[in-house]
Amino acid sequence: MTATPLTSTQGAGRAGDKVFSGAALAAGCLILAVLFGVALFLVIQAIPALTAPAGKIQGGQGFFAYIWPIVLGTLIAAVIALVIATPIAIGVALFISHFAPRGLASGLGYVVDLLAAIPSVVYGAWGAAFLAKEIAPAYGWLASNMGWLPIFAGPASTTGKTILTAGIVLAVMVLPIITSLSREIFLQTPKLHEEAALALGATRWEMIKMAVLPFARPGIISAVMLGLGRALGETMAVALVLSSGALTASLIQSGNQTIAAEIALNFPEASGLKVSTLIAAGLVLFIITLAVNMIARWVITQHKEFSGAN
Amino acid sequence: MTSTLTPVRSKRSALTKGQLPRYAPYAVLAAALIVGAAIMALLGFNPFGWGLVSALLFAIGLVSWSAAVEGSRKAKDKLATCLVVGSFLVALLPLVSVIWTVLVNGIPGLIDPGFLTTSMNGVTGAFDNKAVESGGPVMGGIYHALLGTVQITLLATVISVPVGLLTAVYLVEYGHDGRLAKAITFFVDVMTGIPSIVAGLFAAAFFFVVVGPGTKTGAVAAVALSVLMIPVVVRSSEEMLKIVPNELREAAYALGVRKWRTILKVVIPTAISGIASGVTLAIARVIGETAPILVTAGFATSINSNVFGGWMASLPTFIYTQILNPTSPSNPDPSSQRAWGAALVLIILVMILNLVARLIARIFAPKTGR
Repeated sequence: MTATPLTSTQGAGRAGDKVFSGAALAAGCLILAVLFGVALFLVIQAIPALTAPAGKIQGGQGFFAYIWPIVLGTLIAAVIALVIATPIAIGVALFISHFAPRGLASGLGYVVDLLAAIPSVVYGAWGAAFLAKEIAPAYGWLASNMGWLPIFAGPASTTGKTILTAGIVLAVMVLPIITSLSREIFLQTPKLHEEAALALGATRWEMIKMAVLPFARPGIISAVMLGLGRALGETMAVALVLSSGALTASLIQSGNQTIAAEIALNFPEASGLKVSTLIAAGLVLFIITLAVNMIARWVITQHKEFSGAN
Repeated sequence: MTSTLTPVRSKRSALTKGQLPRYAPYAVLAAALIVGAAIMALLGFNPFGWGLVSALLFAIGLVSWSAAVEGSRKAKDKLATCLVVGSFLVALLPLVSVIWTVLVNGIPGLIDPGFLTTSMNGVTGAFDNKAVESGGPVMGGIYHALLGTVQITLLATVISVPVGLLTAVYLVEYGHDGRLAKAITFFVDVMTGIPSIVAGLFAAAFFFVVVGPGTKTGAVAAVALSVLMIPVVVRSSEEMLKIVPNELREAAYALGVRKWRTILKVVIPTAISGIASGVTLAIARVIGETAPILVTAGFATSINSNVFGGWMASLPTFIYTQILNPTSPSNPDPSSQRAWGAALVLIILVMILNLVARLIARIFAPKTGR
């Protein structure tokens, strides 16, 4: 008598519970399936290129001879971007977290986020139309004064459309990523550590060196890794800025190419084996960025209890 | 009494001895600006070089003065401060430069009659040559690209929001930090880092296998954008659901409300402002993506309002093709004017979305809680 009405009236509710939790579970699994599907479908479409006879691949020397120079080009562009962006990003993050007046800090953080909001194609257009022109004289100077370094070997590009320009544009694009992650971590530094350092008579820089930076080191490393992931996969900045060509050591001549730009420039007109070659190149890029991101996330989870990032 | 105090007041207190006076940075800055201007006057003046030289002189002057008066520790502190402030100013340069470039180049394109209401259908190089030679108006516009961007982004949102929101609900309400929940969290984080072009290739490869080789439509592009959008939606909704106070859930359970009704009627309405602003930010992020649309939707020059058939234009790919392959190769100026006009429209769209996200978060924020 008492139990039956309760269970019978709630039959519908129980079904709703099942449906809803099932839907939530399915959505979660769908995400795993999508990531798995990304890998699977890329592999399916890439197989023809990987198994094709060497002569049929672009360049005529097989897939690995084709992919090797553009993998190196991708790494060169990403390394340039990180070398430029990392110190500046850490400086900006420190400025917002520890130097700027308290009232200004959140507004300044928003300004840096604006950098991240600008679409990549606009950065590419800016790099091609403005930066390349402005920076070309500097390349001429580098070639004539520091040409003995292989990376600055002349003759310098007169249009400025070089891998170094592309790297600078990439640096601008990864800067907000590294900045916002490092800022989060700098703000998590235990206040007591900072105050203890200041109370012992440390200057502000000594306090940062002794309390903030050691605490934030794993966070900075993973922020840089995430920036690296972004720089590796960024397409438009390179496709629009770089006048591509064969692999060269000189950063101030036209030449070099990155995987993402190679795909973007050739995929729309590609057909047949060329499509699977490009998809195979995308697979290589996917594996590289996946490895970089997984290492970065792993570093973050290792230090989660300290940093609280993400 | 007064005779013993006056000498102390006129000299500097023992506590502040060995410190730079408070006006020191301003004095050094003024000196640096003047000397910098003098140096630049000798070399040939330009404002950028003046700023750079003055900044260097300021840093050197302040640090060496500090080293002489205050000792090396304070000098190092001043040097670090100079570097940190300098890096912030350096980071502002590209932002200002990009916005300035887009405004200067974009406004002529934007105020061209018909720019927002016509497509590129039938606009050939001959028209552009004529516009350059006779100085007439630049033909063609971005209506087709605007329409494509709105349609593709809308479809991507329709796909991503239910999936992302349900996943966030699973993680917060059902996952209990189990193995599956941990795996999903980890892979959602990894998914945030997928290069956008790889997402495009995935959607292209998927439809090549399922529908047939060479399938390029707006819907494929929407799937590609969803791959990029879902992780952003999951992360932001998860954060928002997590901060819903547990007391609200327990109160609902205590009244005998089922779990799914609790989630639908109590938890999600409480967090809806944060979720909505997160979704808006996710839209702002994918609306500017170029590479995935380039490999999935091709580029059309005419209006195509069918997402499921035929190539489709979008604002980012429009900018890209107008710059890389001008409509008239001999006279690229009209094309670049259109490209910059489209870039200005795109930036305005993104900024509006960012602003709307902030407004939503502020206006619909729950009265209690944060």
